[in-house]
Amino acid sequence: MSPRAARIGDLWLAYRLRWKRRRFLWRIWRKRRQITLVHDQTGNIGTDAILLFACMRNEMLRLPAFLDHYRKLGVTHFLIVDNASDDGTAAYLDAQPDVSRWATAHSYRLSRFGMDWVGWLLWRYGHGHWCLTVDADELLVYPRSDTRDLRDLTTWLDQQNRPSFGAMMLDMYPQGPLSATTYVPGDDPIAALPWFDADNYRHQTHPYYGNLWIQGGVRERMFFAQTPERAPTLNKTPLVKWHWRYAYVSSTHQMLPPALHDTFDFTHHSIASGALLHTKFLPDIAAKSAEELRRKEHFQNSERYQDYHRRLAADLSLWHEGSIRYQGPDQLVERGLMSKGSWL
Amino acid sequence: MTLGVVMLVHNRFERAAEMVRLWADAGCPVVVHVDSNVEAQVYDGFVKTLDDLPDVRFSKRYRCEWGTWAMVAATQDAVALLLEDFAEATHVYLASGACLPLRPVAELCTYLDRHPDTDFIESATTADVPWTVGGLDRERFTLRFPFPWKKRRLLFDRFVRLQQAVGFKRRIPEGLVPHMGSQWWCLTRQTLEAILGDPRRGLYDRYFKRVWIPDESYFQTLVRLHARRIESRSLTLSKFDFQGKPHIFFDDHRELLSRTNCFVARKIWPQASLLYRSFPRAPDPALAAAEPRTGSVDRLFSHAVDRRTLGRPGLYMQSRFPTQNRQNGFAAAPYAVLHGLDAVIPDFKTWLTRQTGATVHGRLFGKDRAHFADDSTIYRGALSDSARLRDYNPQMFLTNLIWNARDTHHCFQFGPEDHQKITTTLADDTMASIWVISGAWSVALYQSGWSASDIRTEAARLQRIEDKFLQTLRSSHARARINIMTLADFVEAPMEVLQAIIDDIAGHRGTALTDVPQMVDLTGLPSFLQDLKNQGMHPFLTGDITTQQVDQTPKSRRRKPYIVSGK
Repeated sequence: MSPRAARIGDLWLAYRLRWKRRRFLWRIWRKRRQITLVHDQTGNIGTDAILLFACMRNEMLRLPAFLDHYRKLGVTHFLIVDNASDDGTAAYLDAQPDVSRWATAHSYRLSRFGMDWVGWLLWRYGHGHWCLTVDADELLVYPRSDTRDLRDLTTWLDQQNRPSFGAMMLDMYPQGPLSATTYVPGDDPIAALPWFDADNYRHQTHPYYGNLWIQGGVRERMFFAQTPERAPTLNKTPLVKWHWRYAYVSSTHQMLPPALHDTFDFTHHSIASGALLHTKFLPDIAAKSAEELRRKEHFQNSERYQDYHRRLAADLSLWHEGSIRYQGPDQLVERGLMSKGSWL
Repeated sequence: MTLGVVMLVHNRFERAAEMVRLWADAGCPVVVHVDSNVEAQVYDGFVKTLDDLPDVRFSKRYRCEWGTWAMVAATQDAVALLLEDFAEATHVYLASGACLPLRPVAELCTYLDRHPDTDFIESATTADVPWTVGGLDRERFTLRFPFPWKKRRLLFDRFVRLQQAVGFKRRIPEGLVPHMGSQWWCLTRQTLEAILGDPRRGLYDRYFKRVWIPDESYFQTLVRLHARRIESRSLTLSKFDFQGKPHIFFDDHRELLSRTNCFVARKIWPQASLLYRSFPRAPDPALAAAEPRTGSVDRLFSHAVDRRTLGRPGLYMQSRFPTQNRQNGFAAAPYAVLHGLDAVIPDFKTWLTRQTGATVHGRLFGKDRAHFADDSTIYRGALSDSARLRDYNPQMFLTNLIWNARDTHHCFQFGPEDHQKITTTLADDTMASIWVISGAWSVALYQSGWSASDIRTEAARLQRIEDKFLQTLRSSHARARINIMTLADFVEAPMEVLQAIIDDIAGHRGTALTDVPQMVDLTGLPSFLQDLKNQGMHPFLTGDITTQQVDQTPKSRRRKPYIVSGK
């Protein structure tokens, strides 16, 4: 293709993506009434608040440690959509001083896995704030996150004119069978799941959205060795200085405008990035997978992932001799899983 | 002597007030300039919190936009006020609200006492230092910059390009040699009075009003006209990243900062309460005379900047994904690809491991699975041996493998029977050293015992694949170290080739070969190849193998003596 044709192609793609973004926003707006505000503390959101958005269902096991982790990082307000939990999640959330709760009983899958609901909250409350969009089983770490909080990070990002911050999902798992782990709510989940795969992550650019597409890790090694193209996507852009025009596409893997998920560099450079410690493999994984086999709310083509959930519902061990024990953010930087960039 | 402080403040007023108090308590008169962008209410509040301090003044307020003349004008006025109101001040220290003294101010005063006539200001000619970011160094002084860089970047850039295109140049006033450096300095009263009272000051000021970022060049240039003794370094520790933005010091930099023995550091993160509690450190007679040393900080930052700009070769990660053609090496460490050797020498893997100590993999790209050196199913870094996973992205498979075990030298066997998607990567990688024995596939076919007519299709297929690989290796963009020989060449002098491979892998540790590997008996190969030819399939990649060559029984083949120096 000649450079001119390539340029026209780029423009055409940019134009199509712009319309795609508008369609997403329209969709988010249409679905805004699916969620109802039950517990309203949004009046406490200050002008420089750092907000956290999440959609969850039956997460009592993880919730205390989740809120604790992000409070320590300096999140000032939590905006949470509760998708028909029945394990006390709602009551627990309502007892917190810094949580606003929305409730819905609509289909998780049909709302683009909660992104339509969260998208509406971002549109309504996120504009002008640094917004963190995560799942209940994702704990954000970044270089020096043990001593520096999100206020430090976001001020620096502001200074660098970077509106977004990327993070890779790191699946954490225990040694031995998944059900053998003991974990009580409130404990540090990483103490129960201290192991991860060091470096079997494969990177490629996404053919359509142009983001870096990372696959690999323990789930691919164990469950998707025969169908690598279906292996879970691990790149995310969870932290964004939100503008009402923005929209997440699929989970927080991709977003529009696409420049926001360009949190990597095609030159030699590396720019600062973090990791989302994924606590999916806490002992409730078997029960959750069994429920998912019935509900079929988690994947677009749920049948294709039946085997995955069936194997998770059966007890198995993900650990092997080469697994690495998590020691903190510095270790992830040294191993090249995340980067300090120029944030020293 | 007395040290006077000029402090430029535009935000974070609580911290700034703390700092003013800190300087004033140490007996330094302070003149504060507050940006006129600051609201009157905030300004009044700030003034009020400091009104108990007798030796604090507030100078005329300017609206300081970054990179403009107002910063210099504000400094000039504040300095003039300080020199006039506090006749006892012998030195003036220029600081900002984000500067934090690391050592007791008294130690700074003692230090200046020992250097009464010295001006501490970083001042270097533009020709000699490549500091500037954005490519404007000399041109800062010869172009015009009517548009603000921060707000009107496009206009700024275009106007610069226009001036460059038409060859516009301003004349630098006679006698001035442009110098640049850190804007945080400590000058003597005498020098400052000379600069401010210079009869040609009007001319200089008019000139510098149109220079870009004059706060980094006005005093730095003029001091060269008046100073008695210049020490070209700043007493304020400040670091810049590769984009020219100042680094911010956080709580976790405490150790580092205390090791430097610098007097003042910036920029300090306003929320870094530990730093503000720890510094200035308590007076310590043992350290009172210590010279500032920025070595450890410099090392840390230049290391990080190098890593930031040069990266860590061979690492592919979420925020670093260089394309192959922009870099030299693709993998993290050198590795060797051995094409066809395992066909001729059955026990080659074990033999090579014994000879070199390298990590010798089997057929890493085998169609069935990846044959790792230890034959495990999950190799270092949790790399799976699944052929599907590997072939989904073979390039990342290879870079991951080598990055994870980059402490050893990797070698792997390769051949036309293997998955071929990796070949271009191998050929383009300067880290790769590729040894090819072309036509070696014929040995396995010969050994299979099948007749030539049965396997001619298979032979043709393998030859086609290998030929394609050779073409890739011979293409103009191939950058690996490549050695190609035919099977006939190899059989002619196998020991020389093996010695060369071992020297390449083990470097100086390679020893002269004593342990000769067992080669396949090739006695019937020439007639087998002739049979293939008779079937119409010409094995042109094997070279011309004669019966003499492969006749191993008398061992009369004259091998050239091979001498390794130093052994």
